Amino acid sequence: MHALWKQGCAACPPRGAWLNVAGVFSVRGLSHSYGARLALDDVGFDVEPGQFCALLGPNGAGKSTLFSRLTRLITGTPAQIAIAGVDLETNPRKALARMGIVFQQPTLDLDLTVFQNLTYFAALHGISARDARPRITAALERLDMAERAHEKARALNGGHRRRTEIARALLHHPQVLLLDEATVGLDAAAREQITAHVHALCADEGLTVLWATHLTDEIAPDDQVVILHRGRVLADAKARDIAGAGDLKTAFLALTGAETGPTSGGTP
Amino acid sequence: MTAYLTAMQAIIWREGLRFVHQRERFVAALVRPLVWLVVFAAGFRAALGLSIIPPYQTYITYETYIVPGLCGMVILFNGMQSSLSLVYDREMGSMRLLLTSPLPRWWLLVSKLLGSSAISVVQVYVFLGLAAVFGVTMPPVGYIAVLPALILAGLMLGGLGLFLSSWIRQLENFAGVMNFVIFPMFFLSSALYPLWKMAESSHALFLICSVNPFTQAVELIRFALYGEFNAPAFGWTALATLVFVGLAIWGYDPSRGKKRSLA
Repeated sequence: MHALWKQGCAACPPRGAWLNVAGVFSVRGLSHSYGARLALDDVGFDVEPGQFCALLGPNGAGKSTLFSRLTRLITGTPAQIAIAGVDLETNPRKALARMGIVFQQPTLDLDLTVFQNLTYFAALHGISARDARPRITAALERLDMAERAHEKARALNGGHRRRTEIARALLHHPQVLLLDEATVGLDAAAREQITAHVHALCADEGLTVLWATHLTDEIAPDDQVVILHRGRVLADAKARDIAGAGDLKTAFLALTGAETGPTSGGTP
Repeated sequence: MTAYLTAMQAIIWREGLRFVHQRERFVAALVRPLVWLVVFAAGFRAALGLSIIPPYQTYITYETYIVPGLCGMVILFNGMQSSLSLVYDREMGSMRLLLTSPLPRWWLLVSKLLGSSAISVVQVYVFLGLAAVFGVTMPPVGYIAVLPALILAGLMLGGLGLFLSSWIRQLENFAGVMNFVIFPMFFLSSALYPLWKMAESSHALFLICSVNPFTQAVELIRFALYGEFNAPAFGWTALATLVFVGLAIWGYDPSRGKKRSLA
């Protein structure tokens, strides 16, 4: 499978044929360069519907560039990207509608309440304030944030802000949830809670999750792991298969080499 | 279509809320033109003799002359400040929410422009009210006729700010915007002195002032304040609005990320 991608898009099946697989999340032949610097080099992987996929890579591996491409903040060299079965290049708006996004950077308006923040976001997806209300209540309850709905975002701690952002990303009922280092800057307890919440969303609601991180302890043995290093996919398998007899962290360090530095603790 | 309107309404609502939350910005937006009106104009009144030029039908004081220009100044600063907030937004990440909405990007950006224009209009009306307190009044019909002119000027200058914000990488560059956009636009226009005065001193400067879209916007506002429609000024302002808004939408095209990272 991996070898197929290496041959580039000439070897890919014709556009459309591979998209008929219902709900599949798939990236094929994705390269991206900033000037002379190649940030992504022929990246490709599939995520089955309802699968938690960790995108694991040290800082500078290309995770953020991959996220920018998947969310169409930037475009570039054509690639085949399917979001829940929708081609991102030919049908970007439909693909974006199926996608829930939690950015690495904080994106809440701190002067607005949690409820106002979510209402604003729902409106950006064309959901009226009236239709948004039950969705907001449900999403906040799902994340144990219901009682904070009318507090200003500024009053929330980092963990609760992140939970608000995850609740917000669920309002338009996406099929795929993308999170770019969602636990950066959080303390250990909040990090564990957020990680557990998102794993639960995946298991209970059948959401496909793409979770970018550089921390191996956020990954469960059953999760799919795509290891990204210097813009290339080094491994794509279940966490327990990559870990083998040892643990995932050791395997990850061995794969990416010694220059990756410490892999624990929330670095910005 | 309702989805589009829902989004537009929310974007304008958020712009409004942000403005309400920044009370200092509102005060600064009013103090700036008032200082010009009360201090600067008093000093210049003696130095500058104004002849009767349309739309004025009688001799006017210098204070009366510069009110339309100061209305333009309010809109100019607000447009640029919205651009500053966009750079800030993009750094903070909330611009990402806007850019990853499934609605078309041009629609969202135009909604944002309408939001910042609405704020400009409110500021200008408060300023006109304060000017009236200081004794500079317009014919009553002028206060209504000026509304469309203010909205158009707001869209034009907001569009320019939006375009600039797609190029500015850092917050500090706002100082550069002040020096290279706001000041030249304001001083090389008919805001502070009639163009014929400028022509007396330098023909080249007169030409620059004439083609400055800010001059056209100020003249559109000036005539509207007296219930008159200045067709050439409208044409130029509308054309400049189309160009600036078009450039802004192009500036936020994701394919431009090929060259630089949005992150």
